[in-house]
Amino acid sequence: MSATAVHSLWTNAADPIAKIDAPKIEYGQLAPTLIIVGAAIVGILIEAFVPRKSRYYAQMFVSVVALAAAFAAVVALAADGYGTTKAHIAAMGAIAVDGPALFLQGTILLAALVGLFTFAERRLDPEAHGNRVDSFAAQAASVPGSESEKAAVKAGFTTTEVFPLLMFAVTGMLIFPAANDLLTLFVALEVLSLPLYLLCALARRKRLMSQEAAVKYFLLGAFASAFTLFGIAMLYGYAGSMSYATIAQVVDGTVQDVNPALADTMGNDALLLIGAALLVMGLLFKVGAVPFHMWTPDVYQGAPTPVTGFMAAATKVAAFGALLRLLYVVLPGLRWDWRPVMWAVAIVTMLGGAIVAITQTDIKRLLAYSSIAHAGFILAGVIATTPDGVSSVLFYLAAYSFVTIGAFAVVTLVRDAGGEATHLSKWAGLGRRSPLVAAVFAVFLLAFAGIPLTSGFAGKFAVFKAAAEGGAAPLVVIGVISSAIAAFFYIRVIVLMFFSEPRPEGPTVAVPSPLTMTAIGVGVAVTVVLGVAPQYFLDLAGQAGVFVR
Amino acid sequence: MSFPLLTATAALPAVGAIATAAVPAAKRTAAKWLALLVSLATLVLAIVVLVRFDPDGDRYQLTESHAWIADFGVRYELGVDGIAVALIALTALLIPFIILAGWHDADPLETGSRRWRPTQGFFALILAVEAMVILSFEATDVFLFYIFFEAMLIPMYFLIGGFGDRAHEHGEKAAATQRSYAAVKFLLYNLVGGLIMLAAVIGLYVVAGNFSLQEIAEARAGGTLDMATDTERWLFLGFFFAFAVKAPLWPLHTWLPNAMQESTAPVAVLITAVVDKVGTFAMLRFCLQLFPEASKWATPVILVLALISIIYGALLAVGQRDIKRLVAYASISHFGFIIMGIFAMTSQGQSGATLYMINHGISTAALMLVAGFLISRRGSRLIADYGGVQKVAPVLAGTFLIGSLATLSLPGLAPFVSEFLVLVGTFTRYPVIGIIATFGIVLAALYTLVLYQRTMTGPVKPAVSAMPDLRVRELVVVAPLVVLLIFLGVYPKPVTQIIDPAVKQTMSDVQKKDPQPEVEAAK
Repeated sequence: MSATAVHSLWTNAADPIAKIDAPKIEYGQLAPTLIIVGAAIVGILIEAFVPRKSRYYAQMFVSVVALAAAFAAVVALAADGYGTTKAHIAAMGAIAVDGPALFLQGTILLAALVGLFTFAERRLDPEAHGNRVDSFAAQAASVPGSESEKAAVKAGFTTTEVFPLLMFAVTGMLIFPAANDLLTLFVALEVLSLPLYLLCALARRKRLMSQEAAVKYFLLGAFASAFTLFGIAMLYGYAGSMSYATIAQVVDGTVQDVNPALADTMGNDALLLIGAALLVMGLLFKVGAVPFHMWTPDVYQGAPTPVTGFMAAATKVAAFGALLRLLYVVLPGLRWDWRPVMWAVAIVTMLGGAIVAITQTDIKRLLAYSSIAHAGFILAGVIATTPDGVSSVLFYLAAYSFVTIGAFAVVTLVRDAGGEATHLSKWAGLGRRSPLVAAVFAVFLLAFAGIPLTSGFAGKFAVFKAAAEGGAAPLVVIGVISSAIAAFFYIRVIVLMFFSEPRPEGPTVAVPSPLTMTAIGVGVAVTVVLGVAPQYFLDLAGQAGVFVR
Repeated sequence: MSFPLLTATAALPAVGAIATAAVPAAKRTAAKWLALLVSLATLVLAIVVLVRFDPDGDRYQLTESHAWIADFGVRYELGVDGIAVALIALTALLIPFIILAGWHDADPLETGSRRWRPTQGFFALILAVEAMVILSFEATDVFLFYIFFEAMLIPMYFLIGGFGDRAHEHGEKAAATQRSYAAVKFLLYNLVGGLIMLAAVIGLYVVAGNFSLQEIAEARAGGTLDMATDTERWLFLGFFFAFAVKAPLWPLHTWLPNAMQESTAPVAVLITAVVDKVGTFAMLRFCLQLFPEASKWATPVILVLALISIIYGALLAVGQRDIKRLVAYASISHFGFIIMGIFAMTSQGQSGATLYMINHGISTAALMLVAGFLISRRGSRLIADYGGVQKVAPVLAGTFLIGSLATLSLPGLAPFVSEFLVLVGTFTRYPVIGIIATFGIVLAALYTLVLYQRTMTGPVKPAVSAMPDLRVRELVVVAPLVVLLIFLGVYPKPVTQIIDPAVKQTMSDVQKKDPQPEVEAAK
């Protein structure tokens, strides 16, 4: 940095303090996020002050009410036209209130509500010393296998902290797709990630595996965050601003007034390209696209299954929302540079996820690789760079998240002495032992495979159609080929459940409380409704397809 | 708004399927009767469709059209032409026989067996397949067709993989493995075909902007919708690939012998006589109408593949040791004839091909169902395990003989008419191919008569000496089919009357005229 630059930085900083205006915050438009943050903080206070016995119910009550209220707020905002005509940028340019943001926030809130039900399930694990327990460790701080752990289990402790943690994660997820400057984006990324790292470590059974998963997730996630931050720094150096709109203008070349402090770096294309690449890399890590997918199978397998389901659904929604906004709002001027790269990423993601999934023998790992393949399908829609592409991605995300939560909820039901029986061989003959559970899981698998009359087909058709119209026909062909490969392993599970001999020592299917039943029921209902009559939701996504700039 | 007859024809078995599945497990017989009644009621509706259809009227009749998924340009559009009406009638006709023939196929096995065969599920799945097949014959929206074309795989898959013959020559464990292998092979072949078609369906939307068969075909004929030659060819190939897997055409046929061998005889009939017809039907309806130029472009290759199917299927049928596999390869040979007739692009060829679909359905049903009765008596599918059955069970042997003779297209039985038409139609345009295809008939005589000779004639094998003859239920299944075979063999006019106008339409779509007879000028 030259001497003049340092000097001007100094003089900028020395501006009179009186010039700072009070920030104008549109609290009403940020209500969904604020309600959830509030609930998270109340949740912490409950942990501190409410007696242990009542905490579970208090937390449940606060979380459910908050999620429902936040969803109502989103609906009210959308009904008021904030998704279309009144879409604008709120909170001093930090947060966008527009169609995609509201649609994704609504999806995340509903997914979180359904996910919350699976978090709160307390009938699957056998009672420990007369206390009903959920899927989470009795006391996260006790060392696995130690005396203190035994004491905690005996005392009937449960980790009710999962509820505020979930709320914090949801907070981050709500801001992530709405963030309209790079710093907000980064803060949202951290707010959503940190609680998830913790949640992953909290499994009641197979605790070491769960903690290992959390450490892996944390380390790789921290790297990804660092890359993101590095990319943000470079983009700031390039554009002299954190704001999406300003960066877009600098990329387009419509802004000429150079920030004197950054005279040496502004407009340097190398910074733009490297910065954009690092930033996109961070987001691709979150969506689990190849080659940034390595964490997915381990984390999905090790994390408590309700967390896996929630994470697989909601994180993907939030991260794709952020990626869409970044590519469509900040970097449309760079389209000819990022499209080829994203093409390549989409292709390897679709094919990689589908091919590696074939060799999996654990149901959770299988679903993890399947989620990678799905990320590839969604990327095909992202690449379309048309409003149709945006709405197809929105629709796909909504369809996918409920199937995912439902599928993982079914995984929590199939249990043997060691907890959940996730090895595929144990699922043999499940169709005979409990036809209903197997049939429901088969419905989810068929939706994942994209068989017509399921939501998966409507979503896949939407993104492929958008991709084909956006000039990515080869991507569509590779997409259908990967779908065929993916169909193979979904079918394999169905074969196993229905056509294989059950094992004598096979798992039993636990009868869940109405909570998990609701989660599964919602999954089936959404799968069928979006498959048979998707028009209303396509309209919704279609109206929400335009980003505010 | 008039009564939605076409929807009702498909909705009835669909609702029936759900009702059958919902019958309590203990009331097994009630579920069977319910399924049978539903299939008979569907047949009545199909006959009403047949009567209401006016062969000389509009191309698509009894049409229904409702908005469905506007974003995808998809409408719920139904309509039938003569070809569809005939195939719907065939489907509705065969299903009651399939249900009746499979009456005991899903009964629980004697205690000690670990196999599981939910009776209600078996009949519900058959009705579900019927509903989807009928809808795919009725759909005049490409997307709507695609949905049922694909969705039909799922119930079919469970029928193949979940239910098989009571006994198996390699024991129960091997049987289970082979069954699930056959089911997976069936599903994967058809799913890959379907997904490739999906890419073409999306491509069609990008080019045409909607999915309505009539609109696209009119725009194509009127010249308002131009497709680049390459685009049209790629889209044609995408569609054709899916239909060729389903039909099945050599070299995409290998799933059929496995599927037919491992499933029970009624399910095998369902596959080859009903479900596979959707493939050949769709070639006529979609490939020729939407992509006439590309169809003409691909004709030489397709004819050669069809010819290979005819000869190859027949040759392999000659060498089979397993009765069901033999019928499967015979079917591949027959599908070769159907596809050859379609792509010969003459009106005799296409009329013959359509008639062939009907007759093949009836004759295969007759042969395969009797074979199924035979197999269930002896507990073996191997030809070598039988001998001299005609002395023990003359009625069974007699009906088996009629089914065999129909398969080899004996004059006087229905398949002769259609095979003759296909050969004439092909010969007028492609004499060499027509001549080679005729050898398929010779081979057909070989494999059917050898099959009959080895199983039914000769000294009575000890294992078949106590074999009972056909029971009343089995006679009720076979007798009407035999009557139909003879009736349509002598008097095919009722069917040709319905299908001929539709075939003329298709011919005009591809702008082909029948070659005029030429008189060689003396030199």
